[in-house]
Amino acid sequence: MNQWQNLIKGLIKENPVFVLILGTCPTLAVTTSVANALGMGLSTTFVLVTSNLAISALKDFIPDKVRIPCFIVVIASFVTIVDLVMAGYCQVIHAQLGIFIPLIVVNCIVLGRAEAFAAKNGLWSSTVDGLGMGLGFTFALLVLSAIREALGSGSFLGHKFIHSDGILFFILAPGAFIVFGYVIAIINRMNRGTK
Amino acid sequence: MSKKPSTFFNMVGTLFIISFFSSAALGFVYEMTKGPIAKATLEKKIKAIQEVVPAFDNHPLDEVYSVDIDEGTLFFYPAKKNNKLVGTAVETLTTKGFSGIIKLMVGLLPDGTINNIVVVETHETPGLGDKIKKEKSDFSKQFTGKNPSLFTLKVKKDGGSVDAITAATISSRAFCDAVIKGYQAYKKEVRK
Repeated sequence: MNQWQNLIKGLIKENPVFVLILGTCPTLAVTTSVANALGMGLSTTFVLVTSNLAISALKDFIPDKVRIPCFIVVIASFVTIVDLVMAGYCQVIHAQLGIFIPLIVVNCIVLGRAEAFAAKNGLWSSTVDGLGMGLGFTFALLVLSAIREALGSGSFLGHKFIHSDGILFFILAPGAFIVFGYVIAIINRMNRGTK
Repeated sequence: MSKKPSTFFNMVGTLFIISFFSSAALGFVYEMTKGPIAKATLEKKIKAIQEVVPAFDNHPLDEVYSVDIDEGTLFFYPAKKNNKLVGTAVETLTTKGFSGIIKLMVGLLPDGTINNIVVVETHETPGLGDKIKKEKSDFSKQFTGKNPSLFTLKVKKDGGSVDAITAATISSRAFCDAVIKGYQAYKKEVRK
């Protein structure tokens, strides 16, 4: 597998949200608006790339039996860095995302990639894998949030294109599940065609 | 390079080294962001004060005074125009929220009438309890222009005159609780 395929697999074929169905909790929670989704997606991408890089570099140095605690410490450090930097320079998004930034630590995508990929592959492949998965996650969040924001509040990135409130249902949790389900169905259909 | 065997010494050593470097990195970033975070928090506070009291020309943050109550400390920011008190922003709190602490900035006019209320900090359930925030629902707007001496600051279920948020009575109660505490402390301070 060359690096291009490695990068692109995260977008559709092995999309962490739509195909692997990982990290659904933050996915459903933050996709109420496109701005939130973008903030969450990019923070997770940063954490994925840096933690994949660090874990791949440290993989020979970490004894097998304590690898999970080591991974968690590394991931938690990067997440805290994101949290602090965001609180300092981007307070608006930080206030919106709130608890979900610290929760990136336990996002299964991050630990999943560390365990399944970075711990077995080289530096460069792991970085590309982290980037691909991160972008795939961001892409998934953007798709879901664009649909939910358009239907739910009639706007895109906060710009209203209809002069009414939209269907509140899609901003709330049940709407999130329904949109999520339909998008998974469409992606599955598309993937079946390529197999 | 082959994998390190999982001996006791290796495991303890590795965890120690990784934790050590992680904490060093975090300490460094914390120091770096301390300034901007403090600045952003201060700006947020000034914005909240501006929102809850009438226009002023002094620096309320420099004239702050505080009162200790059972659950914490209340801060009072007097807003003055031409050296005359036009209102006081009271930073009040309650621990009776559904998910812990709620901090409010309550703007009181000199006679004790509520001018406006802004939520400073909350961890209430998104979609239910967080409707105490102004941008989420009109709940907090019902207090505007009410004087707590004539207006019972309790939800209707408890015999008061506040319309609680549907399915979030605990959050509504906590909100009222924080406002009452701020008001009572303010009255006590003014009488002195």
